[in-house]
Amino acid sequence: MSSKPFDWKATPGLRTLSWVVYLFLYAPLLVIIVYSFNAGRQATLWEGFSLDWYAKVFHNRDIGIALSNSLIVAVASMILSTMLAVTAALGLRHARAGGGGQITLGLILMPLVVPEVVVAVATLVFFSGIGLKLGLGNLIIAHTVFCVPFAYLPIQARLTDMGSAVEDAARDLYSNEWQVFRRVTLPLLLPAILSGAMLAFASSLDDFLISMLLADAGQTTLPVYIYGMLRLGVSPEINAVSTLLLASSVVIVLVALRMQGMTKRRS
Amino acid sequence: MNARLTTILLRSPVLVTMVLFMLVPMGLAVVYSFMTNGAYGGVRMPFTALAYRQLLFQEDFDGNLVFSTGYLAILWRSVLLAALTVVASLAIGLPLAWYMACSAPAKRARLLLLITLPFWINTLIRTYCWVLILRDEGLLNGGLRYFGLAGGHFLYNDVAILLGMIYTYLPFMVLPIYAVLERVNGDVIEASHDLYADRWNTFRRIVWPLAMPGAIAGSLLVFAPALGSFLAPDLLGGGRRLMIGSLIQLQFTSSRNWPFGAALATVVSVAILAVLFVVVRKSFNKVAAR
Repeated sequence: MSSKPFDWKATPGLRTLSWVVYLFLYAPLLVIIVYSFNAGRQATLWEGFSLDWYAKVFHNRDIGIALSNSLIVAVASMILSTMLAVTAALGLRHARAGGGGQITLGLILMPLVVPEVVVAVATLVFFSGIGLKLGLGNLIIAHTVFCVPFAYLPIQARLTDMGSAVEDAARDLYSNEWQVFRRVTLPLLLPAILSGAMLAFASSLDDFLISMLLADAGQTTLPVYIYGMLRLGVSPEINAVSTLLLASSVVIVLVALRMQGMTKRRS
Repeated sequence: MNARLTTILLRSPVLVTMVLFMLVPMGLAVVYSFMTNGAYGGVRMPFTALAYRQLLFQEDFDGNLVFSTGYLAILWRSVLLAALTVVASLAIGLPLAWYMACSAPAKRARLLLLITLPFWINTLIRTYCWVLILRDEGLLNGGLRYFGLAGGHFLYNDVAILLGMIYTYLPFMVLPIYAVLERVNGDVIEASHDLYADRWNTFRRIVWPLAMPGAIAGSLLVFAPALGSFLAPDLLGGGRRLMIGSLIQLQFTSSRNWPFGAALATVVSVAILAVLFVVVRKSFNKVAAR
């Protein structure tokens, strides 16, 4: 007791307050999950456990199409944005503050600050202005742009942590630049790249507004489809498909963060 | 290959992509905002400032311009709700970030994960949760009735929108504050105690100034998307309590008034850029003054 008269780490009430906040964050999600197993037609009146709504979701052809659209767009924009993020992170590695690198960095991070609705309408205006009609391609381009910062940040963090000692050592051992990249930088960076890729994938899967404004009939993504279902009223089928989407985001992100953790432990 | 050329080659793909598909579209939207509304959506010539006039004035039956506060009121409500979201997330997020930063490292990682996770879950679904809870036949009313209390209408009002926005954007506030507090050296705080500062003074003079950069970054990261948010006003406000985000979306869908929508988007972007500029400069001056 006397050794620590003032325990600043334990401010009274802080712990309780924090757990209340965590409850606030997770309880609502639990509500959807629980009600997705509800037997009744009513979305919020419990009538017993059943998996019927999941069966309905799996047999709904439109949901299948929306899901495959979502996956195509997410995979394509994940690949494109990760490639952009890797080259950008390597190119900005030795950027000085106040230089041209700062502008590039600002542009990369821009989608984090500009509201989604502004990005959505600007992209819509642009695509219609130049008459670009690539079907899902339009969505892939738009998603790639806002996925870049999510892919970029973990890669950049890893590059900063890594330092350049190992690469310098490889150079001392007469590796050329390509060999240094291929045999040293890339393997060290790989977990961060995979992590960034998955976060980009999750961001694409999360998008609603841009897809809603840009997608034509037949190119509906899953969130846009769910939104359409909501217009018709709340039903357990929505809860079931939402739970599935929720669960898949959680799995993707847990794996992504796991990989980020791996890079930390190794260094 | 020389290093400079490599750097340029590596930077150019992302630079070209962001300029072409982010900056140019936003510039084009500004151009559209000065054009005339096409009959079936889209835009026509000539260039006018009609869209901006529509924001402030309405034509009455005789063709006279009358100052109208309808759209200004929506703008004002959007700014107010976004600001309230910032204040509320700061009030909740700062103690939480402090608690996280004070925990043991292993526990810290878990607490951090718990904050990060909801951020990646679909925003539509996270907003929809609150519909299930707040609607008339929802969980909250069910619970109230169970305890013999009178229920009420909790959905489709500004409080519901605010709640939804805090719920959506809270992680944006917690993470940057945590990032700066995590690096705070505990000795500074013990030193403040040794110099007879009580908890409140320690907070006010040590913790808060140290948390400041994170709080500023967090406020920007919450304010910007909150100002343009669409889902919370739409699902929890029932489309009746319009905010500027839903108003913009309406202009491009059912109202088919692209110049007006583009003008609104321009106003939002300018507002956010102005806030960014002021805040960044202010915090820069503070750093310079030290």
